[in-house]
Amino acid sequence: MWDYSDKVKEYFFNPRNAGALVDANAVGEVGSLSCGDALKLMLKVNPATDIIEEAKFQTFGCGSAIASSSALTELIIGKTISEARKLTNQDIADFLDGLPPEKMHCSVMGQEALHAAVAAYTGEALDEDDHEEGALICKCFGVDAGMIERAIRTNKLTTLEMVTFYTKAGGGCNSCREPLEELLADVNKAMVAEGTIAAAEAYVFGSAPKPARKKAQGFVIPDQPPAPKPPAQPSAPVQIAMPTPAPAAVALAEAPVAAPAAASALTPAKEAILVARLIEEMRPTFRADGGDVELVDMEGALVLVSLTGACSGCQLAAQTLGGIQQKISQALGRSVRVMPVAKS
Amino acid sequence: MTTPIYLDNNATTRVFPDVVEAMLPYFTEQFGNASSIHAFGSEVGGALRQARRSLQALIGAEFDHEIIFTSGGTESNNTALRSALQVQQGRNEVITSAVEHPAILSLCDWLEKHEGVVVHRIPVDRQGRLDIDAYRAALSDRVAVVSFMWANNETGTIFPVDGLAEMAHAHGALFHTDAVQAVGKVPIDLKTTEIDMLSLSSHKLHGPKGLGALYLRKGTRFRALLRGGHQERGRRAGTENAPAIIGLGRAAELALTSMAEDNLRMAALRDRLEQGLVQQIGHCFVTGDPLDRLPNTTTVAFEFIEGEAILLKLNAAGIAASSGSACTSGSLEPSHVLRAMDIPFTAAHGAIRFSLSRETTEAEIDRVLEVMPDIIAGLRQMSPFWSEEGARPDGFAPAYA
Repeated sequence: MWDYSDKVKEYFFNPRNAGALVDANAVGEVGSLSCGDALKLMLKVNPATDIIEEAKFQTFGCGSAIASSSALTELIIGKTISEARKLTNQDIADFLDGLPPEKMHCSVMGQEALHAAVAAYTGEALDEDDHEEGALICKCFGVDAGMIERAIRTNKLTTLEMVTFYTKAGGGCNSCREPLEELLADVNKAMVAEGTIAAAEAYVFGSAPKPARKKAQGFVIPDQPPAPKPPAQPSAPVQIAMPTPAPAAVALAEAPVAAPAAASALTPAKEAILVARLIEEMRPTFRADGGDVELVDMEGALVLVSLTGACSGCQLAAQTLGGIQQKISQALGRSVRVMPVAKS
Repeated sequence: MTTPIYLDNNATTRVFPDVVEAMLPYFTEQFGNASSIHAFGSEVGGALRQARRSLQALIGAEFDHEIIFTSGGTESNNTALRSALQVQQGRNEVITSAVEHPAILSLCDWLEKHEGVVVHRIPVDRQGRLDIDAYRAALSDRVAVVSFMWANNETGTIFPVDGLAEMAHAHGALFHTDAVQAVGKVPIDLKTTEIDMLSLSSHKLHGPKGLGALYLRKGTRFRALLRGGHQERGRRAGTENAPAIIGLGRAAELALTSMAEDNLRMAALRDRLEQGLVQQIGHCFVTGDPLDRLPNTTTVAFEFIEGEAILLKLNAAGIAASSGSACTSGSLEPSHVLRAMDIPFTAAHGAIRFSLSRETTEAEIDRVLEVMPDIIAGLRQMSPFWSEEGARPDGFAPAYA
C-alpha cells in the first residue's frame, strides 16, 4: 500500500507520548474530518522558563497521522516555546525519514496543532489556517487541488504552463495533465461567472498545445563511449573526408562486410571507414545513372550523404537512400538513418 | 507468526490451483493462436468453446455466443455504456446509482462533462438500498441505458436488478448491470431476466486477472469498443487471452459446483464475525442491507478511529482486510458508498470491509475476533474523540480547516 519508512512504522506501532495529558496548560486542536484527520496536542509548559516539559497527543487518523503526531511531541519536548514555534512540517517529515507525497498533509496537521497550542499558551491570535484541502493532483511534487485552485484564482492563471510555473503541478512526469486541464477549465469557468476574468481568456478543456518536446540534441548513442581517435586519421574524427578506395580496403580487411556480429564491435572510426567503403562501392551504380553519392558525415545513428547529379531531386531518392541505409545497417549490425544533406 | 488470513476477497481472490493447472498447457504446449490452422493451436479453439460454455452455465445465458471476453470488468462496463449510447439514437441520458464502482461512475462523469450525456445518479437509503421512486422519476424515453450494479463491492447490498431491468424496458432503455461482485457468489440465470448486458471479472471468482466478460443478450444492438480482427465475432477485436479464458472457464465450473453450500457456510461465518465484533466492541455497526446482500461481505464501521490505522494493525497481526477510509485510496474523501448511505464521517473513516471466500475457515474468523478488540481499544486510546470514560464525540471540537 503506502511506502512508509521504517521510522513511520515504528512511530505508528509504538507511538511515544500518546494519550491525554491531564495537567496540560497549552492545548491545540486541529483537524479535517473530511480527510479523516484530527489532532489534539497537549503541552505542559513551564511558565518560568517557557520550556515544554511534557507533550502528549491524541490523533484520529491514519498510520502516518499518528506517526507524525508522535514525532511532533518528540521534537518539541525540551524546547522553549519560541524554539518550537520555528518547527515546520518538513522537520516532522524529515524526522520520520520522509512521508509519501499523499501523506504530507499529516505533517502539516502536526505543525498546525503546534501553532494552535503555542497561540493558546501565549494568548496571541492564531494565523489564518492555510491547510490545503483536496485530492492530490500532482504526485511528483505533492500538489493538491486546493493549492492549485488557489494559485489559479490569486494569479488569474489561464494556461497550463502558468499553472506549472506557479505550483510546479504537472512539471514532473506530466501524467496528471488531464485532471490538471479539467481543474483549470473548471476554475476558469467559475471565474468567468464571477467576473474575475473575461470569457475569452478562460482556458477551455482540451485546447492547450501539446507539451513542448525537447529538441533532439543530435543523434547520440549513449552506450558507446567516445572512441579514441584513430591514429591513421588524427585530425578528422568528425568531418570525414572521402578516403581513397585503396587504403580503405586495406583498413577493412579485418572487418568483413558480411559479418554484422563482428562489425557491431567496431569503434566509431572503423565504422566510418566501413561506411565510406560501402558508399564507395555503390558509387559506380549511381554514376551509371548520371548521378553520384558521397559520404558527408557520420555521428551515432545518423549517416549524412550528399546526392548530386541526376540523383538529387530524383523521385526515387528516398528509395535509393533506403537501399543505402539497409546496406549500412546490415554491415554495422545496428540500425542507422541515412539522410541527404547539401554538400558542405 | 500464524498463517496469514486473507479476508479481502472482494478486492481479488486467490487463483485456485485447479485453475492454474487448467491454464498451464496453454502457455507452453498449446500456445498457438486459436485462429491458426496448424497443430499448435488445434486444441485451443475447443478449449475456448468449453470455457465459454462453462461461463454460460454459471450466468445462465441462453446462448454461448452471448458472452464476449474482454480484459476485465472495467472494459466490459465501458463497452456496454458506450455501445448503448451509440445504438440508442436520439437518447442521451444514462441512469445509474450513487454507489457504483468507479468503473461506472468516473465513466459517467466523463460522459456528462465532455460528451453531452445527461446522467441521473439514483441515491440510496441508509442501508444502501436503491431509491426506487427516484429511479422511476428519472426514467423517460430520453434514457439510452440504465446501469445498476448487481451487488455492492463495499457493503454487499444486492439491487433487485430483474425488476429494475423490466422498468427500464418499459421506457425503451437498455439495461446493463455491473455484476463483478455477484457472479460466482449468487445464483444468476440471465435467460429468465430482461437484463441486456452484464459485466463480470475473472479474478473475483478465483480466476486469473486481466480477463472479464460482457454478456450481451442475443438481439441487443451493439457497437464494438475495440475494432480490428474477427475475434469474439467481431465484437471485441484482439487475440484471445486463451490461457486466462480457459482459467475462467474452470473457475466458473468450480463456482457453480459448490456455490449453494459455499454460500451457506460463508454467510454463517460472516454472521459469526459480525456478531462477535458488535458484541465485543462498542460503538460499531454493520453497514448495508441485512436482508439482501452477498454472503461473503461485511463492512463494519468502527467509530472514532481511522480505517488505515486499523488495517496496519490487522496486517501486523497477519490479517488482510480493506477499508472505506480516505487514506487508503489516495483521495481525501472517505468511501462514496458509505457517504451516499449517509453514514457519518467519523464512522465512515473507520469502516473495515471483511470479504470472505470459499476457503475461509471458522478458525480464521475466530482469530479476527481475538485480535480486533485490542486493536480497536488501542487506537481509541489515541483518539481525541475518546476518553477514559469512553466515547465523547462532543468533547472534542477541533478548528477544522
